[in-house]
Parts: sequence; C-alpha cells; structure tokens
Amino acid sequence: MHILNRWFKHWSLLPAVLLFLLLTIYPMANLVRMSVSTITFAGGAAHWAWTPLANLQLLTNDAVLGAAALNTAIFVVVAVAIEMALGLALALLVARLSRGKGLARTVMVLPILVPAVAIGSMWKLMYNYDFGVFNQALTAIGFGPVNWLGSTSVALLAVILVDIWHWTPFVFLILFAAVEGVPTDVIEAARIDGATPRQITWRIIIPLLKPALAVALIFRSILAFKTFDEVFLLTSGGPGTSTELVSLHLYKVFFEQNQLGYGAMLSLAIIIAIVAFLLVSRRALTLRAMA
Amino acid sequence: MSAGTSALPLVGRDRIIGYGLMVVAVLCVVGPFAWILMSSFKHQIAILTGAWSFTPTWSNYAEVLFGRRSDFVGNVRNSAVVASVSTVLVLVVGTLAAYSLHRFRWARWVTTGFLGWTLIFHMIPALTLVGPWYIAFRELGWYDTLGGLILTHVTMNLPMTVWLMMAFFSEIPPEIEEAARVDGCSPLEAFRYVALPLAVPGLIAAGILAFIFSWNEFSIALNLTARDTATVPVAIARFAQQYEVQHSQMAAAAVISTIPALLLMALGQRFIVRGLTLGSVK
Repeated sequence: MHILNRWFKHWSLLPAVLLFLLLTIYPMANLVRMSVSTITFAGGAAHWAWTPLANLQLLTNDAVLGAAALNTAIFVVVAVAIEMALGLALALLVARLSRGKGLARTVMVLPILVPAVAIGSMWKLMYNYDFGVFNQALTAIGFGPVNWLGSTSVALLAVILVDIWHWTPFVFLILFAAVEGVPTDVIEAARIDGATPRQITWRIIIPLLKPALAVALIFRSILAFKTFDEVFLLTSGGPGTSTELVSLHLYKVFFEQNQLGYGAMLSLAIIIAIVAFLLVSRRALTLRAMA
Repeated sequence: MSAGTSALPLVGRDRIIGYGLMVVAVLCVVGPFAWILMSSFKHQIAILTGAWSFTPTWSNYAEVLFGRRSDFVGNVRNSAVVASVSTVLVLVVGTLAAYSLHRFRWARWVTTGFLGWTLIFHMIPALTLVGPWYIAFRELGWYDTLGGLILTHVTMNLPMTVWLMMAFFSEIPPEIEEAARVDGCSPLEAFRYVALPLAVPGLIAAGILAFIFSWNEFSIALNLTARDTATVPVAIARFAQQYEVQHSQMAAAAVISTIPALLLMALGQRFIVRGLTLGSVK
C-alpha cells in the first residue's frame, strides 16, 4: 500500500503510456521500416527485402491514388461545407423555438451512435435501382429511375449525401450547445438598443459561435477524410474509381493487393498530411483567439 | 446567469415556418431508420418488388439469428465481449491517466507530449496502423483472437476517455480533495474515495461512448478477425458483399446492430450528449 501511494503519480499514467508505446508508437516505427521494404508471405512467415526506393516509386506512379485524392478532396469539401451550413441553420432555428428542443436533440444523436455499417445498409436499400425509395419516388412523379450507386457521375454525390445525413446532426449538437451557452443579457441588451433579430443573429450570436464553429469544422474535416465504413458498404470505391477514397485505396493496397510495404509508405504519407493539417489549423485557431 | 436565445423567440408566421422546418429535419433523420425497419419485416420478394403493403414477417430475424448458415449469434457474442471488456479496460487505464495528468505536477513535456499524441493518434485513420498490427499480431499469435481486437479498441478509445475524464476531474473543486488530504487521506485514498465518486457522471458518459464506438468499429475488426472472431459490423458487411445481396437479412442484421445504441441512448441520453459536446464547446 505504501509503495502504491508513494508512486501513485507515476504508476497511474504508466498503463496508458505503455499502451500507446506498444500499439501506436511501435507500429509507426514499424511503418517506417515496412515502407522501405518489400514484404512477402511464404509458408506463413513474413520475408522482408530491403528495397528503399521501390515503394516511393509506387507512390509517385499510383494513378488510382490521384483519383482517390481528388475524390476525397471533393468529398470532404462538399460534405463538410453543407454539414456546417445545415447544422448551423438548424441550431440557430431550434434554439429559438420554445418547444421540441429535447426531441430534436434525441433524434439528432441517433445517426452518430448507430454503426456506420448499418447506415451503409440502410442507404444501400434506399438507393437500390429496382426497388429503392428514391427511384420509387422519382417514378411516381414521372421521372425515370437514377442509377444512384452504379453511375460514375452520380455515385460520388450519392455517398456525399449519406455523409451529410450521417454527420449534420453532429455539427448541430456542437453548435446547439454553443448557442444555448450565449448569455441572454447580451441579446437583451442588443434588443433594447434596437437591433433586429437578423442583426442579432449575424452580428452577435454567430461571432460568439466562432470557437465552436472552428472546432466543428476541424473535427468534421478530419473525420470526413477518414470515412471508410459506409463507402466500403455502398460502393467499395466503384463504379471504376468514381467513389474511391484515400482510405479505401489504403485498405485495398494493404489487404487486397497485399502490398504491405507500399501500404506503409501510403500510411506514412497520410499521417504526415494529417499532422501538417493539425499544425496549420492549430496556428489558425490560436491566431484567431489572439485577434 | 441565464443563457441561450430564449430572449429571441420566433413569433407569428416565422414560428410556424420554424416548427415546420424542424419537423422536416426530424423526419429526414428518422426516415431512413423507418425504411430499414420496415424492410427488415418484409420477405425478400416484397423488398424486391418495392411493395408498400405487405404482411410483416419475423422470418428475416429468424433466419439471421437461428439460420443454419448464419453465425450472427456468434458475431453478437464476439461484439458484446469485445465492447464490454475493452470499455472496462479503457475506463481503468484512461481514468488513471487523466487523474494523474490533472492532479499531479508533471513536467510540461510529459503533459504536452501525451495529450498531443492522443490528438494525433485520434485524428489519423485506424487503417494506417492496421497493417503493422496485422504483422505483429500474426507473429504473436494474436491475429484472429478477441484479445488482440480488444487491445486495439482500448487504444482507439483511450484519447476520448482521457479527454472526457480530465474535463470531468477539472470540474471538481480542488478544495474538496485538499480537505480530504488535510484530514489524513493519502493521494491514493483522495482519488479513490473523493475524486472518483464525484466523477461518476464522467465514467458513465465515457463508458457509454467507448462501448458504442467499440460495438460500431468496422475497419480494424474487418482486418484482424476471421470467421470465428468476426464482430457484428463485419457480419453485416458480409451480407452486403455477397454475390447476391441478401437485402432482407442485411436489413434485419442492421436493425439488430442498432439495439445497444438505442438502449444506452434511452438510459443515458444526458450523459451521451454531454460527452459528445464537452470539450468541443469550451
């Protein structure tokens, strides 16, 4: 007991540090080692060959990666922009209603909590060409059916729509909590000074939401970049490469093409890109806080 | 001090339009759930014809749960074991770490380094690490075991748990623990008998979220499990990926997979919303 007490400060942090060392730091060091190797499996054992430049060459010559990066950029920008706008509008709206806040909050939590794979299943049924609800509706009002997941021009928009459905509620929850935190006196003072509700919304409430908006934007951008589950279920990147995302491509390189070395190189590139994004956005955040 | 925009209520026509828009938003969210629930009670033939009137049937659920070719009960068992064990472990590890960082004076580089690393690790796709995990686990004999998957899920949920618990610990007035120390409590006792009981709402929030995120996790489980250790999301993906998609069974399995989230939601909604928005607002 005495020893436990004396070293409490240290041993309480130890399990977490060990876990991170063994399951994140060590694997990342391994990624570096893998990225300069070509790994083959023979007879259940892994064989490593030292090929320092081969994977880098694969990275620069990877045509699918280019398509995947472009799709991911479109996916992230379009989905996150719409989610931010819709989530903000909804948060401002619901906060001004006297009833239904509890209901709105309950319902909006649902998409965040159910498995993304289940969400993929739902939308796969709804998008179905022959019997999905969208094509039934289109046919009913006199239009032809749309091949939502099977046509190269529509598929990316279709998976973006699923992401908007899935994550607008998350933006709503964060911004709604922030709106509910705006001090009432500020709004009342503005009203007494003769400000219209529109002016109060644009000049007072939204500026006060900036920190929450920034957090929601950064979190959503990175989560959108990581999207895998739903798209794996809906299209697996097809048709062709029209919905191929960076995460899906990484999965395929690792586990379908078994290119562990090149997969590691790709992983490192992704990790570096994300750390760079974090550093830049942190700078932007602190600059804004100082301004 | 009161807060919120109740001082700015919508009136007249705007109010009606506002309620209308809210109802539309709620219906948009609920609609797909209703659609898949309905589909799960249809025979495959009723799904394929797009019928709106049909005789509801339990056969999809029976087929998924008790069918001879279905392992779904085993998948549910795997998911339940992985989610509950990893939740308990991450709560223990994460709470201790959060308390240590919150209460004790660590060198700046330790705190910044640890928390910075949790942020980076939380942000990078799990798939980047699944490759090295796969290689290491094969060598250690942990590939295709629930224990290996549990370890990865504990690691995955550790950042969120540490942040949440630190936020909850920081809401406890330091005077309470100081008083306990003056009364002769050791640091360990002050943690065990004073701080921990006061942080129970945090433990509930972090526990519910960790359980749900582990239950839902797909990309790691997909690659580190095989037939006997597959979890529920992996099983659902198999229904969807078969040469001939089993729509009705996929729907039933998806509905079953949402049950834990709905149950926990009904029991602890306040904790969940608090946990999801905490830290992002302050």
